[in-house]
Amino acid sequence: MNNVFVYCEVEDGVVAEVSQELLTKGRSLANQLKCKLEAVVIGKGLDGVENQIFPYGADVVHIADDPRLEPFTTLPHATILIKLFDKEKPQIALMGATPIGRDLGPRVSSALHSGLTADCTSLEIGPHEDKKEGKTYENLLYQIRPAFGGNIIATIINPDCRPQMATVREGVMKKEILNPEYKGKVRKLDIAQFVSDEDFVVSVIERHMEKKKVNIKGAPIIVAGGYGVGSKENFKLLYELAEVLGGEVGASRAAVDSGYVEHERQIGQTGVTVRPKLYIACGISGQVQHRAGMEESAQIISINTDPDAPINSIADYVIHGDVGEVIPKMIRFYKSNTK
Amino acid sequence: MKGLKIIVLAKQVPDTRNVGKDAMKADGTVNRAALPAIFNPEDLNALEQALRLKDRYPGTTVSLLTMGPGRAAEIIREGLYRGADDGVLLTDRAFAGSDTLATSYALAQAIKEMGEVDLIIAGRQAIDGDTAQVGPQVAEKLGFPQVTYVEKIVDADDKYVTALRRLENGVETVKAPLPLVLTVNNSAAPCRTRNATLLMKYKHARTVSERQEASEDYLYLYDSRPYLNIREMTVNDIQAEPEQLGLSGSPTKVKKIENVVLQAKDAKVLKPVDNDIDLLMKELILSHTIG
Repeated sequence: MNNVFVYCEVEDGVVAEVSQELLTKGRSLANQLKCKLEAVVIGKGLDGVENQIFPYGADVVHIADDPRLEPFTTLPHATILIKLFDKEKPQIALMGATPIGRDLGPRVSSALHSGLTADCTSLEIGPHEDKKEGKTYENLLYQIRPAFGGNIIATIINPDCRPQMATVREGVMKKEILNPEYKGKVRKLDIAQFVSDEDFVVSVIERHMEKKKVNIKGAPIIVAGGYGVGSKENFKLLYELAEVLGGEVGASRAAVDSGYVEHERQIGQTGVTVRPKLYIACGISGQVQHRAGMEESAQIISINTDPDAPINSIADYVIHGDVGEVIPKMIRFYKSNTK
Repeated sequence: MKGLKIIVLAKQVPDTRNVGKDAMKADGTVNRAALPAIFNPEDLNALEQALRLKDRYPGTTVSLLTMGPGRAAEIIREGLYRGADDGVLLTDRAFAGSDTLATSYALAQAIKEMGEVDLIIAGRQAIDGDTAQVGPQVAEKLGFPQVTYVEKIVDADDKYVTALRRLENGVETVKAPLPLVLTVNNSAAPCRTRNATLLMKYKHARTVSERQEASEDYLYLYDSRPYLNIREMTVNDIQAEPEQLGLSGSPTKVKKIENVVLQAKDAKVLKPVDNDIDLLMKELILSHTIG
């Protein structure tokens, strides 16, 4: 009762990275709250899946294993979580802000009449005073996220309803193995007690998933382009620089929305969060949602014709110039200085 | 196949996509008045999917439903100019302060007053909240299945809809029974533009409240042209428990809002000239950042 729960996404027997990141965060929250960390996995072919979860510090792993439960459709996963949460009464429930989490989370929170905050960039524990009602709350989950076009950071709380639910994007939290030998309990759920035929009315007819072609999250150097790059053609320069430096190409949402580069490369609150040792921002203005995805980079260079671009204020080097002029020079001088 | 009865959920939102310096006031707070109010972009994608079904299946009707202040009637008109049949504005002070749960409760209760529905289509998310929660929450409250991240409605008949979903790593084709809730991405087809004939027909479409503020000249129109009446629903028109509405019906509360203030770092400012760039690369190589 009253523990921290993390819904773990699984596909082909592999637990998603974002879920492991949330397990790490969940462990930290559970330590602060002096309660347990529990995980829920729903899918098929899940023998031994707990071995991908226990090392992150989960005390209990609830497993629902049935061929009908994968690929994901909303109703059976929702019904299982709703009934499980109704019984276990978690104080906090976390899920990845993925197409699954953003489909499932609201359905579950609606059924439980609990609050849900999407795309949190930070989670903390703290008190709250409701002066109007004269009530004080201890140990609430602060669900922190940018809002209103990124011009404000909001701290959201659910004082009264449970569980306090939040979704978090991949890469926002860091995953860290607590102890490779950590072992908890496995609870295999009896599916028949949870779902009925009505839960399986939606069927997946066809699926074409591609393995990720790029791994931006792990790249030590990122050359990222924004709306200021101007075109898909112009992005070629960034690819050249990235190749020469041994890095990857990233992009702001504006560049992706304008069709200059594919969505996989998007960095920011609604894309990937990165922490490279060098981030070269080319023609990126740097709205809060973009900065949320890269501000922890060790070194930041900003190339921009706008001296007031917000990104300049978090950069270590600011080059007031045109991307098309500056990048060829960078390539030239990198080559000449590394001969 | 007889036509489908479709409700499109839409929201009027401040245009947060291009928040420039004008949007912030001198004291660092957001100047909401400076942002124009627009039809939420993904709701337009939703409307287009609905209108395509209407094109394909005669007898299909498309009704817009929006919850908002009086001026949100503007997006009902925008829907009418593009081919929607009618619209409902759900408006009442009682809804003020609603989070997504209280909003979806009010919308679900309003939908129950709009007759039998086959399909509810909404944009995946709104650009002010970006939560993507209302669609699935409305589905849960109505007890309908849901399919999110829809890029295209591939097929439909009296009993089922087949939809193509665009997910992060690929696509999926899904078949679901009616009645159903779909949420549509911005990777879906853009919405058709206003139709000139429909614009002329509906430009005087107004809610009751709007008519009360309008000039006398056009009031005669509303008796002879009933299609110009935009239905307005208030809390009295829906069966709703007061404690599930507005602030009291909202489990989530905003504890704190901080304006984003950029702390200037001590940055080295360089010119785009050979000398500066050469020195930069030398410095980065020396510090083992690159090379």
